[in-house]
Amino acid sequence: MSKPIELRPDETFVVNVGPQHPATHGVLRVKMRMDGEYIVEAETVIGYIHRMHEKMGELKTYPQFLMNLSRMDYLGAMGYCHGHVLCVEKAAGIEVPERAEYIRVIMVELNRIASHLFWFGAFVMDLGGFSPLMYALQDREYILDMMESVTGSRLTYCYFRFGGLYNDIDDEFIAAARRFIPRMRKSMAKYEKLVTGNVIFRKRLEGNAFLSKEVCRKYGASSAVARGSGINFDVRKNEPYSVYPEFNFDIPVFHECDSLARYNVRMAEIEQSLRIVEQALDKLPDGPIMPAKAPKIIKPNAGDYYQAVETARGSFGVRLVSDGGKTPYRLKLRSPTYSNMHLFDETCTGMMIMDALAFMGSLDLVIPEIDR
Amino acid sequence: MSLTLLNVIFAVVVAIAFAALNAAYLVWAERRGAGRIQRRPGPNINGPFGLFQPPLDGLKLMAKQLTIPGGADKILFVAAPVLSMFPAIMSFVTIPFSEMIVAHNMNVGLLMIFAFASSGSMALLFAGWSSRNKYAMMSAVRSVSQAVAYEIPMLITAITIVLMTGTMDLMEIVRQQGPSILHWNIFPLLTNSHNLLMPFSFLIFFTCTLAETNRAPFDLGEAESELVAGFHIEYGSMGFGLFFMAEYANIVIGSCLTTILFLGGWHPPLPFLGFIPGVVWFLLKIYILIATFIWIRWTFPRTTIYGLLNLSWKILIPISLFNLLLTAGLLKVF
Amino acid sequence: MIAETTKKALQALFPEPAAAVEEIPASPETEEADKAPKKEAGPRPNGVIERDYAVHGYHLDAQVAVDQLIDAVNIVDQNEFFIETITGVDWIKEGEFEVIYDFSRYDFEVCRVVIRTRVPRDNPQVPTITGIYAGANWHERETHDFFGIKFEGHPHLIPLLLPEDADFHPLRKDFKP
Repeated sequence: MSKPIELRPDETFVVNVGPQHPATHGVLRVKMRMDGEYIVEAETVIGYIHRMHEKMGELKTYPQFLMNLSRMDYLGAMGYCHGHVLCVEKAAGIEVPERAEYIRVIMVELNRIASHLFWFGAFVMDLGGFSPLMYALQDREYILDMMESVTGSRLTYCYFRFGGLYNDIDDEFIAAARRFIPRMRKSMAKYEKLVTGNVIFRKRLEGNAFLSKEVCRKYGASSAVARGSGINFDVRKNEPYSVYPEFNFDIPVFHECDSLARYNVRMAEIEQSLRIVEQALDKLPDGPIMPAKAPKIIKPNAGDYYQAVETARGSFGVRLVSDGGKTPYRLKLRSPTYSNMHLFDETCTGMMIMDALAFMGSLDLVIPEIDR
Repeated sequence: MSLTLLNVIFAVVVAIAFAALNAAYLVWAERRGAGRIQRRPGPNINGPFGLFQPPLDGLKLMAKQLTIPGGADKILFVAAPVLSMFPAIMSFVTIPFSEMIVAHNMNVGLLMIFAFASSGSMALLFAGWSSRNKYAMMSAVRSVSQAVAYEIPMLITAITIVLMTGTMDLMEIVRQQGPSILHWNIFPLLTNSHNLLMPFSFLIFFTCTLAETNRAPFDLGEAESELVAGFHIEYGSMGFGLFFMAEYANIVIGSCLTTILFLGGWHPPLPFLGFIPGVVWFLLKIYILIATFIWIRWTFPRTTIYGLLNLSWKILIPISLFNLLLTAGLLKVF
Repeated sequence: MIAETTKKALQALFPEPAAAVEEIPASPETEEADKAPKKEAGPRPNGVIERDYAVHGYHLDAQVAVDQLIDAVNIVDQNEFFIETITGVDWIKEGEFEVIYDFSRYDFEVCRVVIRTRVPRDNPQVPTITGIYAGANWHERETHDFFGIKFEGHPHLIPLLLPEDADFHPLRKDFKP
């Protein structure tokens, strides 16, 4: 009487992870076809907060567009502003005083630390540990307070100008930054003990979501996603821009290709950013923060320009096609997470949902930046 | 006859009151504890130290509308929260808080608690199944496989105790653990088995309690960041409230059981401290255990479902089986 | 070094007009650009130009015909470049769309390659490169969203960033919101 159980190939169901889901950190949606807890296939649906920054870039003049950049990646806004001003300065041939560049680097690196800290907290929260987020936010708060005193805003900075900066840093800021560095190092040791050494944490991440070099290359992954796969790629070193060649810092590279490697890269990057800030504060030259004859109206030369910078989330590129007018003819913003997120569909196939969401956390997603 | 009936009703009412009060104030304790761990105040507005927060929360939950999702299995959906609360309360009836304070002692008290404990996972299955939600369904399946996996080492460990004490009567188990800390089953140097591995048994039992009560790091049924809220994703109002209370009631039951089986119940750690009533020692022990629960929850990240099952089937069950055999052998020797 | 080999490989795609391309040297052209908008006397011929990295931010600038695109991307792929991005530019006066592919390298031999191709505005069709670079999928979908450029052979060419029923292409210069 016993008949073998028929395995029907269509015994799968679709789970909509998002647009509102705690693990997606925003309005990202992943349609997952599941076989029990296993993902058979996944399709990422993005664009829920698409704001067409590129069209705004064409409609607004160059200075008007400055504040849009920080609305893209609200956690690591400085890096994006840096890429944009560098590209326009290159196109318009504007010289930047050295002091301004140093301050830019300090700001970008502090912002990178803040961004990594937030990622760290959110990532551990994805894995079910709540407390590290609070600790990380406390350290991040210190940076935000510091940056607020100079830039006037806490999250969406509009601090860089074409040719320089909006505001010079004062002694108070420098003193606060110097106090911050040892404090952050102490915190890092604490995180190391609390999270990195935790056996559950390691067990979950070791071997999770193997990303080969080839996959990274085909998708154009950057930041810790590439560096966790053994690719020694950091725009700050590969294509030095601004005053980065002046500093002595390392690019942490891990070869395990798993989520733990990506985690380790970011945690090691915080230390490297601290080193850069330390050196920049030591070397900070005196001088103006805006060039003497900064042009009132920015009119870059006609042509096609590209500038890549390393932001907290990876290689951010600005392609500026100018026709010599007051507004760009075309402004393309290459956002790093867009490429990093694209990996997800292919990689998460066959994984369990909890591993896939841990992997998603390790990509360090900021949705407004994917959607632009 | 009528006296016994009254007795039982009284016992159940007291049990419900104790469970509800504990659940409410454990939520407060949990939030304050989390606040302390995370360097923030926690609830501190309503009343001194935020002590009015739990009743106000309860009031809010009761005032909310109970929504039943379209297409849900109504009867099961409504029954599930009640079912989850019921075993937790019933288990209180047989727990001896001291030599005197026990609602109804029976000679198979341990068996009764385990019987009720296993019916708890049925409530989760009903909740997950009836809500017509995929997340809830996945969570229900997880919870059941988790409950099955962790009941085995828990029971084996309990059997070890039963072997040592020769009884399933909770009162009797406690009585045998007097008078000092060296007679407790966790350090059984002076009891009849002299099994030095009992601390491991205690750890296994404690881990299983964590898993059975769906607490972090084994809260895979809830798993906010994966399954949103798990089996109670569709529950609002007091349906959610009951699940919440059941979770904390289960924690109390788990701590009580651990205390009774391993930590000497109402016995003071040293004989000369006997002037303090037993119930104080008992409550002190269970609240220390509960504080450990809270501490663990806010410190550890969540495990994975396969990590959880591996831990149970590949580590806990073999160790507890070994310990059972060892205890049996030692009992024969001494 | 890698720039040289890639340039040679790409130049092999243009047997005849290679000489014509050589006539436009890289540096004078860019310096002239400081003065006046560059006049190249009509559309730029297909070919590879080496650009000044300090000025433009990339090293090789290859304009290819639509049917040469796959070959060019293959060359880039064989030289182990990674895909940066794909985008379009609407040259409405010339009645053409330009599709721009950016490639770069992971190692320290910095070389950014730009491959561009032009298609008529009224029938914009470009072969997909998703077969070569899987990561081109989203970039092509985005370009399709914004410009309405059809990528033939693309497995899933539906709106990505725009709403799923969007029938407009906002980055076209004649787009009126």
